[in-house]
Amino acid sequence: MSGPQTLFSKLWTSHEVTRRDDGTSLLWVDRHLVHEGSHHAFAKLQSRGMSVAAPDLTFGVVDHYAPTRSGEVASDIRRMIDTLGRNARAQGIRLFDLRDPGQGIVHVIGPEQGLTLPGLLINCGDSHTSTHGAFGALAFGVGATEVAHILATQTIWQRRPNTMRMTINGALGPAVTAKDLALHWISILGADGARGHAIEYAGPAIRAMSMEARLTLCNLSIEGGARLGLIAPDQQTFDYIKGRNFAPKGTDWERALQDWSALATDEGAAFDQEVTIDANDVAPTVTWGTSPEDALPITGRVPDPAIMSGAKGQHARASLDYMGLEPGMALDAISIDQVFIGSCTNGRIEDLRMAASVLKGRKAKVPGLVSPGSAAVKKQAEAEGLAQVFTQAGLEWAQSGCSMCVGMNGDRVKSGDRCASSTNRNFKGRQGRGARTHLMSPAMVAAAAVSGHLADVRPLLEGRT
Amino acid sequence: MSGWTEIKGRAVALAQSNIDTDQLIPARFMSAPRTDGYGDFLLHDVRQDDANHILNRYTNVDVLVTRRNFGSGSSREAAVYALVDFGIKAVLAPSFGDIFRSNAVNNGLLPAQLPEADIEDLIAAIGDDDVGATVDLSTSTVRIAGQELSFDLDPVWRKKLVNGWDDIDLTSQHNDGIQAFRAARFAAHPWALPTS
Repeated sequence: MSGPQTLFSKLWTSHEVTRRDDGTSLLWVDRHLVHEGSHHAFAKLQSRGMSVAAPDLTFGVVDHYAPTRSGEVASDIRRMIDTLGRNARAQGIRLFDLRDPGQGIVHVIGPEQGLTLPGLLINCGDSHTSTHGAFGALAFGVGATEVAHILATQTIWQRRPNTMRMTINGALGPAVTAKDLALHWISILGADGARGHAIEYAGPAIRAMSMEARLTLCNLSIEGGARLGLIAPDQQTFDYIKGRNFAPKGTDWERALQDWSALATDEGAAFDQEVTIDANDVAPTVTWGTSPEDALPITGRVPDPAIMSGAKGQHARASLDYMGLEPGMALDAISIDQVFIGSCTNGRIEDLRMAASVLKGRKAKVPGLVSPGSAAVKKQAEAEGLAQVFTQAGLEWAQSGCSMCVGMNGDRVKSGDRCASSTNRNFKGRQGRGARTHLMSPAMVAAAAVSGHLADVRPLLEGRT
Repeated sequence: MSGWTEIKGRAVALAQSNIDTDQLIPARFMSAPRTDGYGDFLLHDVRQDDANHILNRYTNVDVLVTRRNFGSGSSREAAVYALVDFGIKAVLAPSFGDIFRSNAVNNGLLPAQLPEADIEDLIAAIGDDDVGATVDLSTSTVRIAGQELSFDLDPVWRKKLVNGWDDIDLTSQHNDGIQAFRAARFAAHPWALPTS
């Protein structure tokens, strides 16, 4: 192909094994990450008498069902973890099990272990696989049938998505994070606003972001309906990767840097859609409803379904009914029952540092759980004294896993209880049956914890960061 | 899996947008083996909280008409298993989650995309009752509530639904090409192989 190319196009083309006449491409998969939820796919493979095509490119981790607190583990949870262990051993797959120092949430340990690299195609049977795009990788979530296909062939059939460039101009204000930016754009474009698209995030606000903030932003691409999110790698990306466990070393490293330097959108390359956001417009943001698109600045009020049209009004009415909220209430007047900090969205060390900077020397007015994104994050947080800040504030410090984001391991919010949460989905019943979830940044969760209600973190951080 | 070309059955409307896969099947049911059947898990909590829910009143349902962004969120294919095991063969909506759509087609469930205005007309016409519906994959049309409507369907997906095709079978003919690709990729980019 000639002419200027997008980063997405370069990545797609470099993984195309073949293309059918109908336009569907067979793509090579460089890394396949599996977890307990992949049991349906392993069963499919077994029923055909097939084995894993590329165990050297397949990595397993216990995260979705990982117990985070001491005590007896329910038998169905134990069974899920054991099944993954058995499948991994039978197929010769490297497994990060519960006692492995590399264990953690799959989208946290990928980058941490140096498995996530620029230029790779990464699949996992989990929608938040878009996270890894922060490194300039082509990374997207797939379903169980597709997981089985990748296990069997190390490839996947995909129709090429459209491209969207989201340019973030300006700079995020103090205590305004990648989480706030993501909720902001999703509230504007809608939870299906980027459906069928690969988003490339670009612009000065992206360049100014840390790798961890970029991971948060790419992670939430799926909540805006995107197939994947991407950021062109830069010096910061390379510095992050260098020396990590599975990262290239020696001459391979030099070769990698050469290859990676070409991973950018060429001047003049065309996108199917261009969106521009001003980072200066983004405030600390919270959700009020049951879709990530139901988000507003903390200084706002619960919207009135009566003045919204048709289906939108009906959605808002049903959301407020589930959430137990009245139209017109100030968002910072919503009292909460508990908090949760963790998840593949916001369970990394910078997230914990920021939450701790709010909590330091203060007491939480409600109970809460803090689950670090990985065993390594946990160790580091303990070494830095952050764990102590959380426990002194009255929050529970737990093991790493998906925990209360998805509730599979039994960490759940009680029916009718309201949780300020650093996670990614405020869906009905996501954190537990009848649970009411408000999404926000870890700093905003900390602000809610010490206030007992949703609160603007900015005044609480004055003179602290 | 066996394919299908036409279904003649009953349709109901679920007048909600953003029905995500967490609602379609709450996470706590996903450790069950598929052989147990997933139909009872479909919209489990929503149906249990509302005895009058349309899928409690009508359990012989082949076609579901619903609003935008159906099947958004989690990639859990179990959401499709729940719909399929309940007996549903087609969902008509203005838009679907991307991963859900692929999962649906891989399990013989048609995600038929129709213009929002058509869906709103259908929801109004169907109301709280069930109505007859005929879905024809060969013409990409649905006859429902006295109307005949065309839906968008990727031609590859039509073939997969009609033939009940499995991608693993289709891919095996490319095995040599895949092996050659692997060899060339790691020769040109040795750094792409995980070390350690």
